Amino acid sequence: MKCQSCDQMATVHLTEIVNGKKKEKHFCQECAQKLELLKQQELNLTAILQSVIGQHVGGQADEWSRLTCPSCGIKYMEFKAAGRCGCPQDYQVFREPLMPLLERIHRGRKHVGKVPPHALKHAAVQAELRDLRQQLRSAVEREAFEEAARLRDLIRQKENADEPR
Amino acid sequence: MNLDSLTEHSGEWLRAAGPEADIVISCRIRLARNLSSFPFSNRASPHQKAEIEQYLKGRIDRLEFDPRLEYLNLANLSPVDRQLLVERQLISRELANSEGPRGVAFASNEIISIMANEEDHIRLQVIRSGFALDEAWQDADRLDDKLEERVPYAFSEELGYLTACPTNVGTGMRASVMMHLPALVLTKQIEKVFRALQKINLAVRGLYGEGSRASGDFYQISNQVTLGKSETTILNEIRDVVPNIINYERQARQLLTRENHQAVLDRVSRAFGTLRSATMMTSEETMDLLSSVRLGVNLGLIDDIDIRKVNELFIHTQPAHLQKLLGRPLDSEERNSERARFLRNRLRDADSMN
Repeated sequence: MKCQSCDQMATVHLTEIVNGKKKEKHFCQECAQKLELLKQQELNLTAILQSVIGQHVGGQADEWSRLTCPSCGIKYMEFKAAGRCGCPQDYQVFREPLMPLLERIHRGRKHVGKVPPHALKHAAVQAELRDLRQQLRSAVEREAFEEAARLRDLIRQKENADEPR
Repeated sequence: MNLDSLTEHSGEWLRAAGPEADIVISCRIRLARNLSSFPFSNRASPHQKAEIEQYLKGRIDRLEFDPRLEYLNLANLSPVDRQLLVERQLISRELANSEGPRGVAFASNEIISIMANEEDHIRLQVIRSGFALDEAWQDADRLDDKLEERVPYAFSEELGYLTACPTNVGTGMRASVMMHLPALVLTKQIEKVFRALQKINLAVRGLYGEGSRASGDFYQISNQVTLGKSETTILNEIRDVVPNIINYERQARQLLTRENHQAVLDRVSRAFGTLRSATMMTSEETMDLLSSVRLGVNLGLIDDIDIRKVNELFIHTQPAHLQKLLGRPLDSEERNSERARFLRNRLRDADSMN
């Protein structure tokens, strides 16, 4: 079928009902866009999902659905759909919805098992490394490549210093 | 590492040694660990995954651990080689079939393996032959400490080891005991055992873990809870329940020999006979028949083959093992005829040893 405004193949088909009369219209992608027929149909999947789920579970979930992890960028809805966290920080970011879930799965909410024996030693170095990686990202964004190279070397050095000799 | 040589022998866990090895094939401890400074594998970019792999490989290479672990890059392996490692229980199906930079380190005795870039950055695993849960835990604990000395883990005081999936958070430990329970299946009591285990929050799975069928009458019993209980408590719960299941299985075996002796003898003999003479054999049928033969050996109905050899046949007749042994890819029909040939040869050898 051809577009009724030009000779291209029609890919957008509209059915209008005006005063009880059915009218069919056919346009190609280009003409449909010119006539702004497509704009109103543009889909925002996340917005739809969030509104659908929000309707069902009310205000609190609506609040949760706005949560995004600043570290890995995962949204609460993505976590919920996949059932997997995106990074260790998510346990803090999604804490409120996560705790009831953990209680359902484990009937427990507090770790009472093994504690990694070298955690303290690592913590200080890790904090410093996080800071350096942040600086490195910003240096790359600013295209300050000399500084970036210096930071990269420093990070490597620190990463390896973390190991026992 | 030469993977071809793997098919010439088998891992320690198949040795049929250790306590209660007629019923308990093996014990496995798996620990899920993550690096604190990277997103989890599912959220990491290909570049980050490569970085994680490099980081872990370097540290594993420098690990002072006896026996020495050797690292294998899985992305460079062929699908058959990866499948071979799955069949040997050295890596998970998920790791074999996923994409991107990933790997596994293991020692030649195949007791210990460390997977890199599975669902969690690190999946550390120890498999021991027989009912040796504590030994498996001690190995895993020791290796975990050694690795953590070099690798900072994602850990929170409140929630323990932080994992990609909330079902593993806390200890990150899955302890499982693989049992061969043919008599409970034959006497139709296995469902009862399942229900009892589910009530106390233990999971029952097949030979290859989650979602796999319980072929060959093998069942893996494992903990589901990882948060709110210590490793010791979890291990105690499993250690307490397994002897009961062993007893049920033994009672069912006695019942079978006492009341259905002729039928059992017939079943075992037919299975043995079929395995020694068939010319086409599917993997599924092999598992079922070998299960009967294994029961027969344990009941003293067959005495010209030892249990270790039967254990090995379960693994060595699987698709990737056959293809490695033959040194070429085989379609499923060829596999069935090669599998039958392999079984005939192996079981003929068994005869002549008598």
